[in-house]
Amino acid sequence: MVLSTIYAVLFYFAAAVFAFGLAYRIWLYARTPAPLKIPTTPAPTTRRGVVVRMAKEVVFFESLFKANKWTWLFGWVFHAALLLVVLRHLRYFTEPVWIWVTWAQPFGLYAGFAMVAGLSGLWLRRFVVERVRYISSPSDHLMLLLLVGIGTSGLMMKYVAHTDIVGLKTFILGLMYFHWQPLPADPVLLIHLGLVLLLAIVFPFSKLLHAPGVFFSPGRNQVDNPREKRYIASWPTPVNAGRPDGGEHSGDG
Amino acid sequence: MADFEIPSISVPIEIPTLNRDAMKHSSPFIAAPKHQEALGFPGELVDDWQSKAIDKFGELLSKSRALQVYMDSCVKCGACTDKCHYFLGTGDPKNMPVARQDLMRKVYRRNFTLAGKLVPWLVGAEDLTEEVLDDWYTYFHQCSQCRRCSVYCPYGIDTAEISMAAREIMDHIGKGQKYCNEILGKVHVIGNNLGLPEKALAHTLEDLEEDIEDETGVTVKLPLNQKGVDILLVTPSADFFAEPHVDGLIGYAKVFHQAGVSWTISSYASEAANFAMFIGSVEQMTLVAERIRKAAQDLGVKRIVFGECGHAWRVAYSFMNTLVGPFDFLDPDYPVPQHICEFTYDLIEAGALTLDKSANDHMTLTFHDSCNVARGSRMGNKPGGQFEIPRAIIKACCNNFVDMAADTIKEGTFCCGGGGGLLTDDLIEIRTKGASPRMRALKEVVEEQGVTHMAAICAICKSQFSKVMPSYGFSMDQIVSVHQLVSNAIVLDGQVVDDAENDVVTTAKNTDSNGDIATA
Ligand code: SF4
Ligand code: SF4
Repeated sequence: MVLSTIYAVLFYFAAAVFAFGLAYRIWLYARTPAPLKIPTTPAPTTRRGVVVRMAKEVVFFESLFKANKWTWLFGWVFHAALLLVVLRHLRYFTEPVWIWVTWAQPFGLYAGFAMVAGLSGLWLRRFVVERVRYISSPSDHLMLLLLVGIGTSGLMMKYVAHTDIVGLKTFILGLMYFHWQPLPADPVLLIHLGLVLLLAIVFPFSKLLHAPGVFFSPGRNQVDNPREKRYIASWPTPVNAGRPDGGEHSGDG
Repeated sequence: MADFEIPSISVPIEIPTLNRDAMKHSSPFIAAPKHQEALGFPGELVDDWQSKAIDKFGELLSKSRALQVYMDSCVKCGACTDKCHYFLGTGDPKNMPVARQDLMRKVYRRNFTLAGKLVPWLVGAEDLTEEVLDDWYTYFHQCSQCRRCSVYCPYGIDTAEISMAAREIMDHIGKGQKYCNEILGKVHVIGNNLGLPEKALAHTLEDLEEDIEDETGVTVKLPLNQKGVDILLVTPSADFFAEPHVDGLIGYAKVFHQAGVSWTISSYASEAANFAMFIGSVEQMTLVAERIRKAAQDLGVKRIVFGECGHAWRVAYSFMNTLVGPFDFLDPDYPVPQHICEFTYDLIEAGALTLDKSANDHMTLTFHDSCNVARGSRMGNKPGGQFEIPRAIIKACCNNFVDMAADTIKEGTFCCGGGGGLLTDDLIEIRTKGASPRMRALKEVVEEQGVTHMAAICAICKSQFSKVMPSYGFSMDQIVSVHQLVSNAIVLDGQVVDDAENDVVTTAKNTDSNGDIATA
């Protein structure tokens, strides 16, 4: 029961750090003005065009594809697999399990392997490509270690040492509805959960901020229409401030 | 000539192996106190520079979403590592875009992030030591702010923004760059980068009028400070004297003449360039841009047209309306501002120009997309017009045109090596080495497709190429202005056509002084 309590507390802690940390970061990005129009051109000239550009970036990693096919392959496979794996895990949080989560199950299973494979490819590049080795800090390696650890411990519970997933689900639903239940004391499960909680905690303080960051990148999310529509800088410049119409603060949209 | 090794361009483009500190010795001259103070910056390195720098850094983070997001978002994927021409030309790992950013990011992490404060060794966080500051000065002046890296980054991280911020911080602690800051001072006092006073300018324009008349038999005016005309032409001051720039200016004048519009140059705003962008100073950029607005108002023009200049066009197209707009006193039927290429292209489309392509038959052309036009602006009303319109003009004026390799043009274009405030003699080594990817792409079309000349629409590109091309076995006159081609081909009403004179002879004044001191 001590173990269950520790994990229960950790769960709440991690969830809070993740949610508030990320929310703060997003608020910070949203609040910080973008004083000038700096989309990397050619850029869309309409809002809708920007949505398409961003979608291509987020779904297909278009720029990365242009840059480096190997990095793109490993990176895209990892992220796509991660998405499926997360969807698969929704079954632990929902009762009854949503129907589309059920559909995702078989894919999520293979995705576990794909995820670890993608991560391994990315990690290998950090060793064998001299340029990437040069720019890697210890934290870059540890982040991959963490993710690979999560992936392999998860796969182990499916293929090596089955865990009590019914008990796990009871524990998680108990956490969600504040009606605490014991956590199955399976070492692999404890490791898996522990690493996931660690990931959630470091998320808002690490390069994982690229996830919200990509949506706020002025190089990608701005409309290329500075001549057609005067873009008002969010902070006044000396000259502007001196004019009758100048210094107007009307946001930066 | 050079006391450094010129990169070989005879092999296909290759990613160099890392050559640590290969360019550590190369940093530009520091601005003298008077140049610093003229811009409101401290004259020399202030005593508490470290804390001042961090304060300024914090201020910039709170004022620029780009900087904040770019500092946080890099995942060190390495996609950008082989995209910078300075890295390709030197192999110095700190010229890899991400490594260049990291010079700043490590200070960001140390001072502004929890992880960097708690476990600096883990996340590569470092204090802003003197050594780090030296690296900043060195390597942020080996970035031409060309934005090529940002095209390939999955988050669009733009090293140009980071270089600008770093230079802005350094200016504020008294460690500015001589070349940029000195030039900005001249713009404030005299009106252009060259420090060319009104009288000299008037004289130059008169000479050009004579030259055109001698060549064509037609009187084509290059008016100065003429009130009440339709168009204010704002062009880089290099157009007034350097080769091949001046041939471009003659081209604009002929196009205006043939279009039948009235136009003028302003001596008060006799400079399109806005070097304030290079030093990341929005305040300075606004002050310089304001001169153009004021000139337009004082002269009572209806339109503003910009000559061939890359970064000037980025400032004009992307920032001017924001900084010193609105331009509601101009004719709303025309874009503000308009690029000279847009102007000429519209006339060509309308069939309003008579162009004799054979006048350029002695050349086979290729086109160098200038980075600030390619990746920081647009022409026409469709994305990518900045690629199509200049090419369309060239093709309308020449029979022989071929493009260089696809990954070296348009949005993937390689910088000439001299942009971003690097066009100064004290940086000739990095300039020369940084030009090597472009030189290689050029060599390929020269050898395989018989290209003889490369056209450009940027004063910096033109000056840089005429300076470094000889190092790579080309001659300096192989770089031409796009409007030089127009000038050759255009047949003015009433022009005497003399076959022997097909190859237009233009005024090669100061052929040798093109650029290093103060071109734009
Ligand atoms: S902006 Fe251009 S010069 Fe600067 S790092 Fe990126 S590619 Fe290199
Ligand atoms: S491509 Fe972008 S995310 Fe990747 S290393 Fe370069 S700057 Fe960082």
